[in-house]
Amino acid sequence: MRNVPGLEQIIEVTYLIATALFILALKWLSSPKTARRGVFAGELGMLLAIAGTLLNRGIVEYKWIVIALVLGTIIGVPLGEVAMTAVPQRTALSHAFGALCVTLVGTAEFYLRTPDVPRFMMGVLSLEVILGSLTFTGSLMAAGKLQELLPQRPITYKGQNLVNLGLLGVAIVIAGMLVAHPEKAYLFPLIVGIPLLFGVMMIIPIGGADMPTVISLLNSYAGLSAAAMGFVLDSKLLIIAGALDGASGLILSVNMSKAMNRSFSNVLFGAFGQEQAAVAGKQEARPVRSATPEEAAAILAAANKVVIVPGYGMAVAQAQHKVRELYDALTKRGVDVKFGIHPVAGRMPGHMNVLLAEADIPYDKLLDMDEINGDFPQTDVALVIGANDVTNPAARTDAASPIFGMPILDVDKARTVMVIKRSMGAGFAGIENPLYYLDKTLMLFGDAKSFVGSIVRELGGGHE
Amino acid sequence: MKLDLLTSLYVFMLAAFIGFEVIRRVSPLLHTPLMSLTNALDAIAVVGAILLAGEYHAHGATLAKILGTIAIVAATSNIVGGFLITDRMLRMFKASGPKKP
Repeated sequence: MRNVPGLEQIIEVTYLIATALFILALKWLSSPKTARRGVFAGELGMLLAIAGTLLNRGIVEYKWIVIALVLGTIIGVPLGEVAMTAVPQRTALSHAFGALCVTLVGTAEFYLRTPDVPRFMMGVLSLEVILGSLTFTGSLMAAGKLQELLPQRPITYKGQNLVNLGLLGVAIVIAGMLVAHPEKAYLFPLIVGIPLLFGVMMIIPIGGADMPTVISLLNSYAGLSAAAMGFVLDSKLLIIAGALDGASGLILSVNMSKAMNRSFSNVLFGAFGQEQAAVAGKQEARPVRSATPEEAAAILAAANKVVIVPGYGMAVAQAQHKVRELYDALTKRGVDVKFGIHPVAGRMPGHMNVLLAEADIPYDKLLDMDEINGDFPQTDVALVIGANDVTNPAARTDAASPIFGMPILDVDKARTVMVIKRSMGAGFAGIENPLYYLDKTLMLFGDAKSFVGSIVRELGGGHE
Repeated sequence: MKLDLLTSLYVFMLAAFIGFEVIRRVSPLLHTPLMSLTNALDAIAVVGAILLAGEYHAHGATLAKILGTIAIVAATSNIVGGFLITDRMLRMFKASGPKKP
């Protein structure tokens, strides 16, 4: 089969078709109606490209390739089967795997080509392994934090940014020396090792609520390192796939940083989660109004329009299926129920949407912050489940607040606000939420899952 | 060689613009599947790893084989896992039935 004339051209054509299919895959992802077709296009493109590559005349031995493909499939299947609540850490882990692949290939390419590596090649090769190795350890750390194998709380120390930027700076300087003198092969391990360390240090100061931004950023780095690998191997397919992934990660990072009102440079330098430590402590006992499940059920049943605002607390309490029962019970009574979702709710972009979709809530009821905010003044009840800072009106009104300027869900404009919360403890950022002390606010103290369950029972719905 | 690099830069630039335009249109609803799908597509790096592990190398063959093989494992697990979970997630997104198409 490999004696076919024009085989090289055939392989190139498979790559060309694969590229087109990859772009179509992302294009079809724009709507839930065509999205699954997009996945199919991606799979087909991938299959074509791999089949084309395997036909390459240059391949002299298949044994290890086949073993590795089988092994990768064995590892990949369980990673595709994880629970939806574990999707953020799975995603972080897959960024780590992608970066590992790129770093290993880059390292091997260097040692195969040294001592005659052209300057430009050395430059992109450095970029490839620096981005690849920092993404590898950074993503492993992020996955560890999300899986709660590592402490979720940010760990900060004096001069942290200086140390981190210094590490990265040293790696870049060494890369520069390698570009100038590509024959100095002994420098190469440093531009792998230092970024590996930097990846760890970069994630240490990052808390759980900053994860959406960090995961997006790591996504972007993984894409860019793959694109750099495409330059090294002169593979247009890889350059394009890497550029698409890099662009996607970048768009998501910008979205996330806007939604948290952080400047993009703040994000780029990994200086997350710095401000909040100073704010905690100022707690005064102010009166709040609380309500029982019976009272909450009565108010909800009397409403015409309800907006539910879910946050990470809902995911932690695994309350999404109970929320679905509440949605059913209210909808059956003719109440209009919608969901208002903040871009940074949860631990990765779109996290809440996936959890609610898994609980069978129709996607046209899941509305983005910009879509829902105009609705709050006409809303009878805004029910906040496990969200805090993204509903804090101080972001709009109090210039002294650390989250001032952050776009929020305007739940305080609804006629009645109900907040399900374990206790009066402050949120992630340690910031007081004046929402809780408003006259129109009812605090529903308890575990999200059991509290929503009790409301559903009161409404006479649910299926135990 | 020089020309090839320039062509590659053009390709990168155009792909980045296409990426921005296409991905900007993806609804926030699907941002999680977007990330897992781009991750799977990104694992096309497996192509480079396959060539690395399978091609003949005059020197450094063992290193190339070992690193290439591990790289194939890592990328393949992303391809398989990424496509599987993206499809699983997308299957869950349903519209609210006949009353609202």
